[in-house]
Amino acid sequence: MSELRLMKGNEVIAEAAIRCGCDAYFGYPITPQSEVMETLMELRPWETTGMVALQAESEVASINMVYGAASTGKRAMTSSSSPGISLMAEGLSYLAGAELPCLVVNVSRGGPGLGTIQPSQADYFMATKGGGHGDFHLIVLAPSSVQEMHDFVFLAFDLAFKYRNPAMILADGVIGQMMEKVKLLDPRPRRTREEVLRDTGSWAATGKSNRPRNIITSVELDPAKHEKFNQKLQVKYAEMREKEVRYEELLCDDAEYLIAAYGISARIGQKAVELLRAEGVKVGLFRPITLYPFPTVQVAARAKQLKGILCVELSAGQMIEDVRLSVGSSLPVAHFGRNGGVIHSPNEVVEAMRQVFEF
Amino acid sequence: MKEEIIIAGFGGQGVLSMGKILAYSGIMQNQEVTWMPSYGPEMRGGTANVTVILSDDRISSPIVHEFDTAIILNQQSLDKFEPMVKRGGLLLYDPNGITAPPTRTDITVYRTAATAEAAKMGNAKVFNMVVLGSFLKVKPVVKLENVVKGLQKSLPERAHKLIPANEQAILRGMEIAERLTPSC
Amino acid sequence: MVAEIIKPENIAYAKSKVLTDAPMHYCPGCSHGTVHKILAEVIEDLGIQDKTIGITPVGCAVLLYSYLDIDWVEAAHGRAPAVATGIKRANPDMHVLAYQGDGDLAAIGTGEIIHACNRGENITVIFINNGIYGMTGGQMAPTTLVGMKTATTPQGRQVDINGYPFKVSEIMAQLPGTSYVTRQAVHTPGAVRQAKKALKKAVEKAYAGKGTSFVEFVATCSSGWKLSPTEANRWMTENMLPFYPLGDLKDN
Repeated sequence: MSELRLMKGNEVIAEAAIRCGCDAYFGYPITPQSEVMETLMELRPWETTGMVALQAESEVASINMVYGAASTGKRAMTSSSSPGISLMAEGLSYLAGAELPCLVVNVSRGGPGLGTIQPSQADYFMATKGGGHGDFHLIVLAPSSVQEMHDFVFLAFDLAFKYRNPAMILADGVIGQMMEKVKLLDPRPRRTREEVLRDTGSWAATGKSNRPRNIITSVELDPAKHEKFNQKLQVKYAEMREKEVRYEELLCDDAEYLIAAYGISARIGQKAVELLRAEGVKVGLFRPITLYPFPTVQVAARAKQLKGILCVELSAGQMIEDVRLSVGSSLPVAHFGRNGGVIHSPNEVVEAMRQVFEF
Repeated sequence: MKEEIIIAGFGGQGVLSMGKILAYSGIMQNQEVTWMPSYGPEMRGGTANVTVILSDDRISSPIVHEFDTAIILNQQSLDKFEPMVKRGGLLLYDPNGITAPPTRTDITVYRTAATAEAAKMGNAKVFNMVVLGSFLKVKPVVKLENVVKGLQKSLPERAHKLIPANEQAILRGMEIAERLTPSC
Repeated sequence: MVAEIIKPENIAYAKSKVLTDAPMHYCPGCSHGTVHKILAEVIEDLGIQDKTIGITPVGCAVLLYSYLDIDWVEAAHGRAPAVATGIKRANPDMHVLAYQGDGDLAAIGTGEIIHACNRGENITVIFINNGIYGMTGGQMAPTTLVGMKTATTPQGRQVDINGYPFKVSEIMAQLPGTSYVTRQAVHTPGAVRQAKKALKKAVEKAYAGKGTSFVEFVATCSSGWKLSPTEANRWMTENMLPFYPLGDLKDN
């Protein structure tokens, strides 16, 4: 029986972590996501499922604790907000380089620097274009509701283990702080030692017994071998691009214009679509759910019928680069968005549509 | 049905919990709900506000800048949110501490002397439930039985003994809602 | 034939089964190889090869995983104690050993080691202190002695510019989370025997849940110090050991 509750996005991350059989959470307090760890400590999963929850001394330490637990084939995760994710960049690169599955939740806030604790979507580049040194990608999921915050914890772990690659849930302060109705999935038990060995024994550091030793590392000093390893990573990313793209289209069938937006901006964009449709403007919403892999082919396919696309983001324009790469110069692609913690209203989006496309 | 509500007042007046109870009541009658607070330093002792949306259909933006209803519990909030009520919408306020009452004539204005009433009842803590009662009298967007169910669901077991007092406060609030403008 | 000579009854010494056949890449006279050897012996003696996860550092011991036949996790520079924490917390029934040099542990990883020791993580930390960055070419480490010449202190470490050498074990001994803190060396056969005993005790205590075991090895770096192996041993005895005296600092 699934259970209905009214929960904050941050709280539901904690609840979903326990329910999806997560083995370990390591984190460091930062607004606007501290409720994730607070909720876990309140729920005390170590007494029920045996999941570990530990407050680390820094984000640098938490991501490396995740690296350690993930090295042993366990389901490990952390959560933070923008400045904390910057500190994790090194760890994320090592996780990707060592091909370790894990979940990192970024409830992002406005930057650069200490910035603001108010919501923002200015971490798109950091999340999708690497977020650390080297040629790597995270799997990036962008929830736009509290329900998706819940569901994507399950999905992110599944994808992370499928591809042996770190996954990120890129949320924002609004999704983290707001409450909505959420249907909680039935708890999955944590995997037993036998199951961990069965699923990850070929690579994880689980203690060498009756097999050659497993070594978790990203170092390779031989350039030829390292190039080969990088090519292998690229093959993996290509497979993700082929198989794991997720997106949502609303009222796109007859659309002449598109609002492209993810996360909270997609919700605001949807309202703008409702307002414009009421005026008779044929506009639809395109919402990338996976930011990496980006729904490139799908945007391009939709673009054929369009007069223009407005990318709505709580940033100075970051996702717009992927939209432009997808559709080329075949039609006008414009940006609208507030930043620094200011949130655009649906009416502002409507106004931007009118100005940009002159209808 | 869709109702976009802002509840605003001082921190400590139970603004956020009133919104939460309203949202939970919506869930009890199978509605979609969102509850979006202002957060951060402004929460610490200053003003607090929360946007609650109840709807039969999927809710698009949890952030709106025009409201069907504004429930106002201090002067700053009245100044800020009176202009943001939709034409024909509802503004409900507690006159306690209000020196410049609302002036708009294109909306329906109700008054609820909830602070005074809660004091009379000898339980200042149920103040926000008196306000909620007044709102539900004017706009019965959720049924009282579902509010009670919502309280049962959202309050920890040890607090369930307080539910009858809350229910009574809601009923009292329903009685004291006082219309100030003619219908429009 | 060699096989005829090497009969079990004739064997006075054998390489530990936990050591692999990979030739070590260390410079002649380097202490790392000897510490690896006794670590392998301790793992073999305790019969914990299947239950041990090691964490390798960034530094000269970065390829340590090539030499000991156990499961390994390569950590980022300085992060081994955090990685070890993650492994041990998620796998409380495993032996977790972190191996770090002085640049790794005492400079970039200061935060991680202090907090892991202060939480009393039930792990063993092996700390190689040779007063220099070996792998990057002999730069100053936090543990470099005053007056000691390095690539970044060509005139010798000066207190007014570079501050003071860092006595890490003394700090770790003060933290309530550590149960065993000892300083050892492997420059003489006697010292090696003593160090092996200490290392074994450290691993046992950490596994028994007593808190963090911290084993410092005062070590040589003949290349970095620009000395021959024998000169390096002598220099260490005359200069390092008076400042970093050997022995247990804490044994609860």
